Amino acid sequence: MYDVIVIGGGPAGMAAACAAHAGGLKNILIVERDVELGGILNQCIHNGFGLRYFGEELTGPEYASRFIDRVKEAGIQVMLDTMVLDLGTDEDDGNGKPLKTVTVVGRETGFRKLKARSVILAMGCRERTRGAINTPGMRPAGILTAGAAQRYVNVDGYMPGKRVVILGSGDIGLIMARRMTLEGAKVLACVEVMPYCGGLARNVVQCLNDFNIPLYLSHTVTDIKGKDRVQQVVVSKVDDKMKPIPGTEMYFDCDTLLLSVGLIPENELSLKAGIKVDQKSNGTVVHENMETSVEGFFACGNVAHVHDLVDNVTREAELAGRSAAEYVLTNYYTMWVNQQLMKSGTYRYNRKKGEIQHFLPPSPDGAAFKMGENEFICTSCPRGCHLKVYPDQNYRVTGNGCPKGRIYGRNEMTTPSRVVTTTVRLRRKADAVLNLDGENASPATDSTLYDFRVPAKTSGPIPKTRIMELMELVDKIELDERPAIGDVIVKDVLGLGVDLRVTKR
Amino acid sequence: MLVIGCGIVGAAAAFELSKYDLKVGILERENDVALGATKANSAIIHGGYDPVPGSLMAKLNVRGSELCEEICEKLDVPYKRNGAMVVGFTEDDVQTLKGLMSRGISNGVKGVMLLDGDEARRREPGLAPEVTAALLVPTSAIVSPWEYCLALAETAMVNGAELFLRHGVENIERDGETWKVTAGGETFEAPFIVNAAGTYALKIHDMVAERKHTEKSKRGEYFLLDKAEGTRVGHTIFQCPNENGKGVLVTPTVHGNLLVGPNAQPVEWDDTANTTEGLNFVRSTATRSVKDIDFRKSIRNFAGIRATTDADDFIIEEAAPGFVDCCGICSPGLSAAPAIAEYVTDLLFKAGMQAETKEDFKMERRRIRFKELSDEEKEQLVREDPAYGRVICRCETITEGEIRDCFEAPIPPVSLDGVKRRAGTGMGRCQGGFCGPRISELFVEDFGKTVEEVLQDRDGSEMFTGRTKEVR
Repeated sequence: MYDVIVIGGGPAGMAAACAAHAGGLKNILIVERDVELGGILNQCIHNGFGLRYFGEELTGPEYASRFIDRVKEAGIQVMLDTMVLDLGTDEDDGNGKPLKTVTVVGRETGFRKLKARSVILAMGCRERTRGAINTPGMRPAGILTAGAAQRYVNVDGYMPGKRVVILGSGDIGLIMARRMTLEGAKVLACVEVMPYCGGLARNVVQCLNDFNIPLYLSHTVTDIKGKDRVQQVVVSKVDDKMKPIPGTEMYFDCDTLLLSVGLIPENELSLKAGIKVDQKSNGTVVHENMETSVEGFFACGNVAHVHDLVDNVTREAELAGRSAAEYVLTNYYTMWVNQQLMKSGTYRYNRKKGEIQHFLPPSPDGAAFKMGENEFICTSCPRGCHLKVYPDQNYRVTGNGCPKGRIYGRNEMTTPSRVVTTTVRLRRKADAVLNLDGENASPATDSTLYDFRVPAKTSGPIPKTRIMELMELVDKIELDERPAIGDVIVKDVLGLGVDLRVTKR
Repeated sequence: MLVIGCGIVGAAAAFELSKYDLKVGILERENDVALGATKANSAIIHGGYDPVPGSLMAKLNVRGSELCEEICEKLDVPYKRNGAMVVGFTEDDVQTLKGLMSRGISNGVKGVMLLDGDEARRREPGLAPEVTAALLVPTSAIVSPWEYCLALAETAMVNGAELFLRHGVENIERDGETWKVTAGGETFEAPFIVNAAGTYALKIHDMVAERKHTEKSKRGEYFLLDKAEGTRVGHTIFQCPNENGKGVLVTPTVHGNLLVGPNAQPVEWDDTANTTEGLNFVRSTATRSVKDIDFRKSIRNFAGIRATTDADDFIIEEAAPGFVDCCGICSPGLSAAPAIAEYVTDLLFKAGMQAETKEDFKMERRRIRFKELSDEEKEQLVREDPAYGRVICRCETITEGEIRDCFEAPIPPVSLDGVKRRAGTGMGRCQGGFCGPRISELFVEDFGKTVEEVLQDRDGSEMFTGRTKEVR
């Protein structure tokens, strides 16, 4: 019997489990489908995570690593490589609270029905596909969602293509525009049907503008050519009813179309437990303490609604974890509002219904990215302040919301610099199964050399003009031993005074 | 005996012929079976009310539909007799429905019945209020067409037939009493040939005889909707047929989704593109018969080609000595397939083929479908073989064990879509976004493919251009 079972070992699940532990629960279990904790953060090797929560800029695997440490310290149990098949409510526990059953299956786990006093749903979300937006044209290879491409490139080290068009300007699409460029592909265009960009301003600056990738707002893909592999993508301008305007066609000869057209909370499991799901967003409908419509089930992270920042996921998950602890440990638990959370801008509390309603923050206007002379969008944090720099006035900066903006603006005028994230090649024998400590749980039996990819980043920003030079250097690196997080791969890379370091445990 | 083409008709012919003591070879130009019209159609086993009485279509549809149920049962093919309704909205439609009913009766379709609008809605609450009458066809069924084709082809192989994939027929010559067929750079000799090349059949016909018919290929476009919409209707809902075929239907699939389509657009024989106009037409037409279809739940669009000709009927005849054509096998070809195979076999006997039935013909095939097992069965299966405990496709709950099984079958998959057609991975709402990488890894790490060799589907549909760090 568990006090709480957390479904999903991504950022939401880990933070919720830790908070439930801090809230006094002892017997906590995380069920994770993958063979390691971290969820999608493991493929998000770029930086920009943790500014709000940790006050420093981390890559996805680094952010995950901090929570994996916390999970270990708290003694939270973890079932890896295990999938939840069913959820339900069972008999009463004697205190007037119904017990939950969680049916799981896994290679090592077997098929089991687990019991718990409470359940936290942290299954995350999936990507909308071409089928959901009914893009016309052929259906050849080379059309994939940006997240799938991210997994292929960053985890498997497979290149999905060499000439790329991106449909949709969601954050993953923007991030993948930069990634594909760094990996040596040519990104021809990013196409967005709305008159504004779907992703964060900082990603437009760092992922598109830095590499001169055009962003076509109010445009969409109107045809895909190629029987077996994508050969051409046709892009048309749309009118204010989002209907393509004939005669505005642009033709891109390419081999790949990446889709970044939205995320959908994965609530199919929640529905099995009879939990109410919002018809429009597919997010779990939750009370202010993140409890769902079914008692003792809590939801957090992208399963509740799609977040743009993992830091907000963590805060929300901590609330869910604390609430689950309160539910299990007290007979009359109180509902309360986390003021900080309500301020985050993506929630609105409806007192009449007693529910938090989710809404998306207003997206920046497309015109906002057309910068005038000496104007910049600050990328120091997700806020994206619009700066103007006056070089003749000792680089005075206006428009910044904090001192970081002043430094950013000045650097952008003099030597614009970026932290570069990448993967490096690792060729070694496979580990059969890794346990939570990153050690072999069972020994490898096969001696074939496998080609792995290890995430890495520069320990500080390097001049923008040297980025591609660095990437060419990275191509030549080959590790033969599995390194630890923080290990230096190349010291003083290109003589720029920064190191290339491993970012994954 | 050579069978050209391994779609549903070729597979059924090979299956039927493998019951006799014949040496059967199947020539297929693609890297897998069921890659033409067989994989992109309405997946319906029609009752047989539509074809003109006396036509080959009428005769073979009704017989094929009878045979299908037993074959699917024995060969473990997903099949469900869900019944169909042809709905009408006007007085003219009611007259059409009456006509269809008498056609059905003269074609030998069992149990057809005319319902008024209210009775139709009582049996099928999803129908639009505008529906004033419906013809009920209880024998209509739904099937998994590619699994049907695979099961027939694999059973033929278990009974001795040989399948030559990537063997597109380049030339056919008469050589004395036999045919010489060049395919995939090899030469095959056989006194008898079945031409079951689908949309390609007339082009094969041209190699041996003068052409009497012309192609009139028509494309049909579809929406496939999430399982959340899969119970929108129980029956297959047709509208009154017109000159373009049986019209837009709304049907559950055997996999639990909702399928909506097709339109009928004359196109080149291999143009399977989706179009905005086509999809819009399908959407607006379908909502006439079933109001509340939630098209936001669409997970995939596809289009297929009907191998229609100007003959208005199947063309199944001996085109040259020992050479039997199966041309113009458009709808109801899937329904008729096993009956077409019987008919072809008869023609071959008449053409001089001599053969005895085998005594040891094996008609059995079983597949493990983890998600369909009871809790006790799941528990036991995972205990005995942990590979069934690792779920690879999360949307459809397909396990590593099931994927491994399909690689051990007589026709192993060579592409991601090949795995999809066999094990069902990637058929769900994420469309392979999550399991695609894991199956690609499987091809590279367990089946020794290079990254560049991993295929989406047909040859030429490479998934990757190579590895990262090796681009520059």
